[in-house]
Parts: sequence; structure tokens; C-alpha cells
Amino acid sequence: MLEIIDLHASIDNKVILNGINLKVNLGEVHAIMGPNGSGKSTLSNVIAGHDGYDIISGDIRFAGESVLDLPPEKRAHLGLFLSFQYPVEIPGVTVSNFIRTALNEIRSAKGQEPLGAPEMLKSMREKMKILEMDKGFLSRSLNDGFSGGEKKRNEIFQMAMLEPKMSILDETDSGLDIDALRIVANGVNSLRSKDNTFIVITHYQRLLDYIVPDFVHVLFNGKIVKSGDKELAIELENRGYDWIKKEQQ
Amino acid sequence: MSDEDKIIDEVTSSDYKYGFSTNIDSDTLSPGLDEDVIKKISHKKKEPEWMTNWRLDAFKIWNEMDEPDWGNVNYEKPDFQKISYYSAVKKKKLDSLDEVDPELLKTFEKLGISIDEQKRLSGVALDIVVDSVSVATTFKETLNEKGIIFCSMSDAIQNHPELVKKHIGTVIPKTDNYYAALNSAVFTDGSFCYIPKGVKCPMELSTYFRINEAGTGQFERTLLIADKESYVSYLEGCTAPQRDENQLHAAVVELIALDDAEIKYSTVQNWFPGDANGKGGVYNFVTKRGICENRAKISWTQVETGSAVTWKYPSCILKGDSSIGEFYSVALTNNFQQADTGTKMIHLGRNTKSTIISKGISAGNSHNSYRGLVRMGPRAKNARNFSQCDSLLMGDRCGAHTFPYIEVKNPTAKMEHEATTSKIGEDQIFYCQQRGLNPEAAIALIVNGYCKDVLNQLPMEFAVEAQKLLAISLEGSVG
Repeated sequence: MLEIIDLHASIDNKVILNGINLKVNLGEVHAIMGPNGSGKSTLSNVIAGHDGYDIISGDIRFAGESVLDLPPEKRAHLGLFLSFQYPVEIPGVTVSNFIRTALNEIRSAKGQEPLGAPEMLKSMREKMKILEMDKGFLSRSLNDGFSGGEKKRNEIFQMAMLEPKMSILDETDSGLDIDALRIVANGVNSLRSKDNTFIVITHYQRLLDYIVPDFVHVLFNGKIVKSGDKELAIELENRGYDWIKKEQQ
Repeated sequence: MSDEDKIIDEVTSSDYKYGFSTNIDSDTLSPGLDEDVIKKISHKKKEPEWMTNWRLDAFKIWNEMDEPDWGNVNYEKPDFQKISYYSAVKKKKLDSLDEVDPELLKTFEKLGISIDEQKRLSGVALDIVVDSVSVATTFKETLNEKGIIFCSMSDAIQNHPELVKKHIGTVIPKTDNYYAALNSAVFTDGSFCYIPKGVKCPMELSTYFRINEAGTGQFERTLLIADKESYVSYLEGCTAPQRDENQLHAAVVELIALDDAEIKYSTVQNWFPGDANGKGGVYNFVTKRGICENRAKISWTQVETGSAVTWKYPSCILKGDSSIGEFYSVALTNNFQQADTGTKMIHLGRNTKSTIISKGISAGNSHNSYRGLVRMGPRAKNARNFSQCDSLLMGDRCGAHTFPYIEVKNPTAKMEHEATTSKIGEDQIFYCQQRGLNPEAAIALIVNGYCKDVLNQLPMEFAVEAQKLLAISLEGSVG
């Protein structure tokens, strides 16, 4: 589904990604862990197509084609979704209006008819139930005055509605209490299937207790320095990142 | 130029979509302004003597006035001798829409405001003013049954002289300001509306204005009287064809709400704003004011996207006790447009209330100013005002300015003023893009969200049109 080949990227002439190689197949869940400043958020932004970064070399292939020349919305149309670490506020635009607009843009790009209001509402209600969200949520302004937990839940709600092929969850666990974490993780798990794939970016093993990954990668200084299964995450939790740092020196 | 600037630049540098003109034969007076011209206008319109004299008096007053220069706008002062003050579409008044010039109908279709559609879908009665003379009036019969008078100003002067004579110039006197005086002298047409006592007007009354004659200044005069306990919602919208030279537009709108009456006045304004380099475009110097008697209410809602220079302050005089004034405004400027707009809420009566919600959007090299006055008179016991003035900036070459004036002469009066300034962020656009929206759609969505409090005040069909207009005004050649 996603293949990253020897990717080097920089921002303001500072190299952040230093030769990333990663292959993610349908049906898999990958976790990417790493200390602060290792390049985790840069990686997710670059995959999503943020134009603030310069791609020095390498390639990102999604669904069989290189996406380096595609703007973010075209990547979204191909089925890429990024759950933001810091979702932005858009005052005056309701959650339902935003999701309806996004969903119909994606449908239209695929040559599908826009989804009618009754089906849309029905679908929203079903997904909201899974995420234990209140009905009033739909008519609130997008992320405007939301608590940290509400923002993250709203990201997962959008993911559920847009049904992407690949979702990147950028520190979705940060700022969540245990109950919210469980709800969000349940939401993600209910969406897991052999037809989609997830990349979970996190600092902590905690989230991975709920969303059990098939592979765990450790990102350090813009490079994947270690890969393994979920045991690797537990080892990291016990030994900390210093162990990795020392190994790299 | 940063990437953000690039996006904004592309998105905001679109050409005027409604730039086309219609070929209609016109009966036009040669340029120039003196007493003779005013007499000619009055004569062509077969006006009674009192009207002619009223105009001549206004002309005298205007001659002694100086053009105001306190606005936060820069423009070349119009040469009033180069303007033609009368342009009538040659065809006679028409009995039905079938007789309307097909060229004109085509123009309306291009604008997406086909009359038939409007009539069929929304039950809106249209009094279309092309240049200065009404060419079609619809739904008259339904209105007649209720005793509602809705006609062109010229017709009103002929058929209802007592009402016109009694009320014209009572809210905005000839001496009010330079452009109001000029309008009083040379106005050619406009709309007149009278809602009898206790009548709720069953439909939205609507007028589409167009400037259609190159080099013709347009001076509309609108007078709307809501008698006791009546209600009316009035829509005014305009789109203008693309022109190279500057066109002057100096309208006067007077509203009178008698005891317990309510007037809702909504405007979508889209005069030609000039091209991307600031060339051409309409000067829009408008005086709009309403007066509220006891427990009456006047709501102004405006979406301003056009004109090269705008100078406009729809205001309310809250004369009666417990009367209410409201002002909801979206003013969007792009390229080299300049807008100095706002409102005046003059609280004279006890327990009067006013609300001001102003949303400015500046893009390109434009300048957008809010100028508002809230005055609480000595008798205005327990008067209240709430003002909110927000500015949204796109890019780093535009400007937003706020000039609030506050005068309080009664110690029991209460005022609140809130103001914010924000920028459409790269992060907001990226977020929307990640969800599948292109940058244009993202900006349209963000801007519409920002204007929601104002757009919500518009009647449904008008709100949809206004949303489209905002998107079109910011649209570009992205992708």
C-alpha cells in the first residue's frame, strides 16, 4: 500500500529525514516510536504532502504510484488520512458540514455521486455511537473550543466517515485520559480490516496495549534504526530511548 | 514569496466573473451637470413642480458643499461634468416578462438569477432596475390585494405623490452629506414601498440593480415605509458589467418604521471592483438610514464584495422607546479594492437596543475599514449596544482597520465592544486539503464559516447566493 524508499527531506535547509525505508501492506498496523525530535511528525506531514518540506531524494509510493508530485488533496482522494497531532480550529464551520464537504469532495474525485443528507446523517450516527460521542457534536464549530480529548475523538470520527485506505495517527494518544484512550482505540480497532492499514505514531507503549501493532519501528535522527514486533515496544518502555541512542553512537 | 503567500495570491487573483455587458439601446443625456440638466431629468420623468423644485434646492445645497475626505480611502475624485445623469432603456414599460429584451434576460441567466427561476422557485417579486428605469415589475397583483405599494420611485411620484412628498428626505435630508445632496438633485429612479398598517408582507421584496451604461452614474433613490404593526423583508442585490472607466454610484435609501413595525433590509452588493491591477471599478458612495418609532425594529444585513471604493454606513435612528436596530455586515475586499463601511446606531429613546456584527475580509492589496458610531442620547435610559467587529486577513499586503466611535450621554446606558483580527493560516488550509478539499474550496469553507453569523441573517435563497459570491470573489486559477 505504502512504500517509502530512501527518503531524505529537510525544512529550512535543515535535514530532518535521513534515508527512511518503510513498506506497509494492506491489513497491517505499524507503530512508529521514537524520542522527541526524531522526525516522527515530519514523516507524517511529508507523507500527507505538506509543502513546507523539501524532498531531497527518495520516493513515496502510495497505491502503486509515486505521490511526490501530488498535492495533499489528491493524496487524500487516493485514500490517505492523517489524524493530526494538533487539529486546527475552523470557527463557524460545523463538524457535520465539514465532514459532508470532505466526503463529497473525495466521492466526486472518485467519480461518485454526492451522498444524500439522510444517508450521511445515518452513517454519522452509527460512527458516533462507536466513539461514544454526543449528538450535539455535529452542530459544533470544528474543533472550536473542543477539549484535547474531543479534538482527537473528532479526528477518529472523520477517519471513520472518510473510510481511508491508510490512516496515519500522529500522537493520537497525547492529551487523552485512560477512558478516552480506550474509546479512541476501540474506534480504531473497529475500523481495522484486511482492506486498510494504519501507521500509529506514538511516544508510549500504552496506546499499543489497545491497538496491537504487527510491526514496531524506532525512528531516531530521521532514520528507522530498529524494527521488530510488539515486543520491541515493551522493551523500549522498559529500557527507554537512551538504549537506542547509545547503540547508535 | 512563501508558499502560503503563493496559494493566497493564486486564489485571490481571479478575474471578475460577472464582467460582461448587455447591448440595449439607451436614451442617454449628454454629460454635464447644471440646473438645466436637473430640469431636463425632471421633465423627462414628467414630475410635478414640487419635485423639480426639491431637486433644484438640493442642487444649490450640493454646490455649496465640499466632497468629504475623512474616509480611509484614496481615489481620484469624479469629474461631475463628465457624467451623464440620465440613461433610460428606450423600450416602453412592459406588460409581461415576455416583452423584456432577450439580451437582458440572457444577462440575468449568466448571473444565475434568471427571473423565471426566481419567480417560480422562491415566489420573490422582482422590480428590476436596469440603469435607471424599471423595465419589469412582477407579482404586483398579490401585493395589491394586501394594499402594499411596491413600484419604481418614478411611478410613486406620479401615483402616490402625497406619500412621497410627506416622507422623502425626512430620514436623510438634502443637507445630510455631499453625495446625499447630489442624489437628491439628480436621482433618476429607484424603488418605493409602502406597507399598510398591520400588514405582514407575504413575500420577500427584491430589486436587482445593474449599472448598464458606460460612463453613466447611477443615482437610485429608495424609500420604504412600514406603517404601524407591519412587517417587510426587502432584498437588494446587484452585479455590474465589466467597465474600464470609473463609474459613480451614489444611492440613497430611506427606511421608516412606524410604531411596532419591522423592516429587514438585506443587500448583496457586487459592483465591478476594478481589475486585478486596480483599474476601473465602481465608486459606491451610499447613504442608507432608517428611523424607528416606538417598539419598531430595523435590521440591516449586507454582504459587500464589489466596488473599487465603498463608502457606506447603513444606520438606525432609534427614536422611539424600546426600538431595536441591527447591523450585520460582511465586507470583502480583494486586489486594490477599498472599503470604508460600518454603521451608526443613534439611541434617542428609552430602552433602545442595538446589535452590530461586522466581519471584514481583506485579500490582495486591499484595504478594509470598519467605521461605526454608537451614540446614546441623554434621554436613552437603559439603552444597550453590543458590537462585534472581526477582521480576517489573507496574505500580508492587505490592511484591516477599525474606527469605533462611542458617545454616551446617559449614565444608565450599557455598551459592549468586541474585536478580533485573524489570518487564514497555512495550517487551516493544509488541514482541509488533507481531508480532500483543494485550496480554493478550503478558503471558501473557512471564509463562509467566519461569516456565518451574518449569512444566517439573510433569507435562505439570498444566503446561498451570497455564499457563492464570496467563493467567486476569492476564487482563482489554482491547480
